[in-house]
Amino acid sequence: MQFARVIGTLVATQKAEGLEGVKFLVVQPLDKHRQPVGEPVIAADGTAQAGPGELVFIIASREAALALPERFVPVDHAIVGIVDEADVR
Amino acid sequence: MYVGRVSGTVVATIKNELYQGRKLLVVDRLDLAGLADLSAGRPAKGRPGAKYDIAVDMVQAGEGDIVLVLDEGNSARQIVDREPDGAIRAVIVGIVDEIALASDSRADV
Repeated sequence: MQFARVIGTLVATQKAEGLEGVKFLVVQPLDKHRQPVGEPVIAADGTAQAGPGELVFIIASREAALALPERFVPVDHAIVGIVDEADVR
Repeated sequence: MYVGRVSGTVVATIKNELYQGRKLLVVDRLDLAGLADLSAGRPAKGRPGAKYDIAVDMVQAGEGDIVLVLDEGNSARQIVDREPDGAIRAVIVGIVDEIALASDSRADV
């Protein structure tokens, strides 16, 4: 899992089967010092409570789908937690 | 698996239920130079910009510890006993006591 900052929301009406009701957010992956690294990605919100501006942690690859209520859906990044505090050297 | 150094902690209230009651640590992945340092008995640090993971701790590791990290979903689910649907990948599965590279004079080759 890696840190990411939620920087936006995404809405798609027409989407692949299984994605109904999935909330999409635009997130910028961060390094451990919370500096941006790489390109923004679209992540499904597994917490259902994240919003723009928040520091979250994301899980990538097949495990992303497992973070959602419906566990066999076409997603490759998902938010699995909202960070309250990170103490990293 | 890879060898990493624990460099921090993460606290989250709102999170996937799988992580409730589990400790999350930030682990810097060590490169070959880092492993060579360990092998030579020197302290090792993650290179700036090194890859890192927020990993679930299964071995009571703490900041500064050199640890063994697993980054594969199926094995991770097995370890936390959450097959087949746990949303987890990175798990700290060991605290490294010693590592010896073959190029090192101490290596037993």
